[in-house]
Amino acid sequence: MGGHTSNYVPTSRWGKWLDERLPIARLMQSSFVDYPTPRNLNYLWTFGGILTVCLLAQIVTGVVLAMHYQPSDAGAFNSIEHIRRDVNYGWMLRNLHSVGASMFFLAVYIHIFRGFYYGSYKAPREVLWILGVIIMLLMMATAFMGYTLPWGQMSFWGVTVITNLFSALDTIYPGLGTAIVEWLWGGYAVSGVTLNRFFALHYLLPFVLTGVVGLHIWALHVVGQNNPTGLDIKQPSDTVPMHPYATAKDSVGLFAFLILFAWFAFFVPDYLGHADNYVEANPLVTPPHIVPEWYFLPFYAILRAFTSSFLGIPLGQYAKLCGVVAMFSAVILIAFAPWLDTSRVRSAKYRPIFKWFFWFFLFTCVALGYLGSKPAEGIYVIASQIFTLCYFLFFLAVMPIVGLIETPSRLPRSITDDVLSKGGTGLPTGATAAPESR
Amino acid sequence: MSTEALEPNRRDFLVVAGNAFVAVGAASLLWPFIQQMNPDASTMALSSVEVDLSPVKEGQAITAMWRGKPIFIRNRTKAEVEAAENVDVKTLPDDNARNENLPGDEPGTDANRTIKGHENWIVLIGICTHLGCIPKGQAMGDERGEYGGWFCPCHGSVYDTSGRIRKGPAPRNLEVPTYAFTTDTKIKIG
Ligand code: HEM
Ligand code: FES
Repeated sequence: MGGHTSNYVPTSRWGKWLDERLPIARLMQSSFVDYPTPRNLNYLWTFGGILTVCLLAQIVTGVVLAMHYQPSDAGAFNSIEHIRRDVNYGWMLRNLHSVGASMFFLAVYIHIFRGFYYGSYKAPREVLWILGVIIMLLMMATAFMGYTLPWGQMSFWGVTVITNLFSALDTIYPGLGTAIVEWLWGGYAVSGVTLNRFFALHYLLPFVLTGVVGLHIWALHVVGQNNPTGLDIKQPSDTVPMHPYATAKDSVGLFAFLILFAWFAFFVPDYLGHADNYVEANPLVTPPHIVPEWYFLPFYAILRAFTSSFLGIPLGQYAKLCGVVAMFSAVILIAFAPWLDTSRVRSAKYRPIFKWFFWFFLFTCVALGYLGSKPAEGIYVIASQIFTLCYFLFFLAVMPIVGLIETPSRLPRSITDDVLSKGGTGLPTGATAAPESR
Repeated sequence: MSTEALEPNRRDFLVVAGNAFVAVGAASLLWPFIQQMNPDASTMALSSVEVDLSPVKEGQAITAMWRGKPIFIRNRTKAEVEAAENVDVKTLPDDNARNENLPGDEPGTDANRTIKGHENWIVLIGICTHLGCIPKGQAMGDERGEYGGWFCPCHGSVYDTSGRIRKGPAPRNLEVPTYAFTTDTKIKIG
């Protein structure tokens, strides 16, 4: 893939036979073995590999859970208890799957913030970035429907609140929103019918996701990886072959991540969940405090920031619609970053003003996450409104304006220069030397 | 360019007609796939219930189920009825009656939300018009909000004793379902 040509040489007759018919080994070698990667990648670049492992882990644990799970109003809650208590190793598989979803989001958020800091969204990586946003949306849809499956109180009321978001369309055209919501539910309220279809989609979407991940990696290999300097690759000495350099670093990152994963899965599997979800769904009683999973909290805070007014501006009957539109735009806006940012310098390392706004943006997202977990009253509402404004201003004001007024600091001439000026060594020696000849 | 190229000819017609057939065919094939998700025949069949109101004393409330939704039925006290009647409809966030028994667009007076001769009874779909939580206020000791009606704990919507929205993010009054008194102490919902 990409401009890089393969130097795969089949070593056996069978290998040669296959190479002439389906050059899959050649494709693998050129994409994942001698693919040139920037020599200065740091650990934030290991999250792509980590995410791939997360996706595979969710699919493997999910498929086996589905062998014991019952997607029905009467059976769902009990079948989860059955998995946890009776099925051999069911407790472990279930914990790996539910903790796995959280870990998946942790990794994807780090991966996205890495992109913001090092300007990975800028030309020529726009399509790569948009595919990333699509992946995030699919992950959100998948996790949302997955969280319905245990059919506890939080599952039930989470679905009720989120599907009801579409009823906001009634303000635009009376009846439209209600029709969509009843279509999603397959009834006049959330019921076992809804659960059944969510299970079907929860099974399907990860495979769609796998397809989009394939496109994401393809796009990556066409334009090449970004790197901490944000500079383009200019000469062979700027790169090292993917294997063993990047693969070794990826493994270190992956194992550190898996230790955290295992710690959650084996010692505090329910820490990231809600006790209310161990109470079976009851359509007559709303839990006093509905909270989504932690990874949705920032967006939930934005939704709830629009009470009957926003920062003193009365919204009247449009309050609900505004909240819904703001929440969805908060995600969609990320896809427009390549065009909103006017600076031609990629890496925030060389952007003295943007750098601070980046850290403030990270703080904004964490603050919104905290506020999303608090009841919507008093000071929390005002704070949510202020941080919601900050979130949107980052995209709509900071990105375009800072790029125009900021004087970037001096960029190194090349990746190699940057590495050598920090006391890095010249070219690697030994068995894997001379990547430039590859 | 010659004029012949600009004139639509037989081939253009065949291409347009062929594409139109494909489009219509694709759309009509898609329809069953979309329609299968709408409420099915067995769900639609459960569309009316009868409720006996005789055990509900003044000041008490019961919750019935209709189409999978909770129905709030409250036997209001004189004070509650008066409070609901003495409201200037123009000052309400939603001034519509939201009563499925009326043709539509009536002002949201208490009279328009109850049935004549049974003004003490208020019957509502107990689903917050914000994002669908079940408001508190049916059970004894529940928080009822500052207007004495219902209070939705999810995002703090406050409803009055007529189920009209007074404060908070909910855009509309609680809906009054289609219902009728079959006897003095029985109603049929739906
Ligand atoms: C993108 C990948 C996936 C994500 C993010 C994801 C997320 C989730 C989440 C958040 C839950 C609820 C966990 C809980 O609180 O108990 C769940 C449950 C479930 N998922 Fe997935 N999932 C994914 C892939 C899959 C796949 C491929 C299957 C295969 C059929 C699957 C089958 C199930 C089943 C049967 C449950 C119910 C059991 C349980 O709740 O533990 N999942 N999923
Ligand atoms: S659902 Fe009732 S206030 Fe939001």
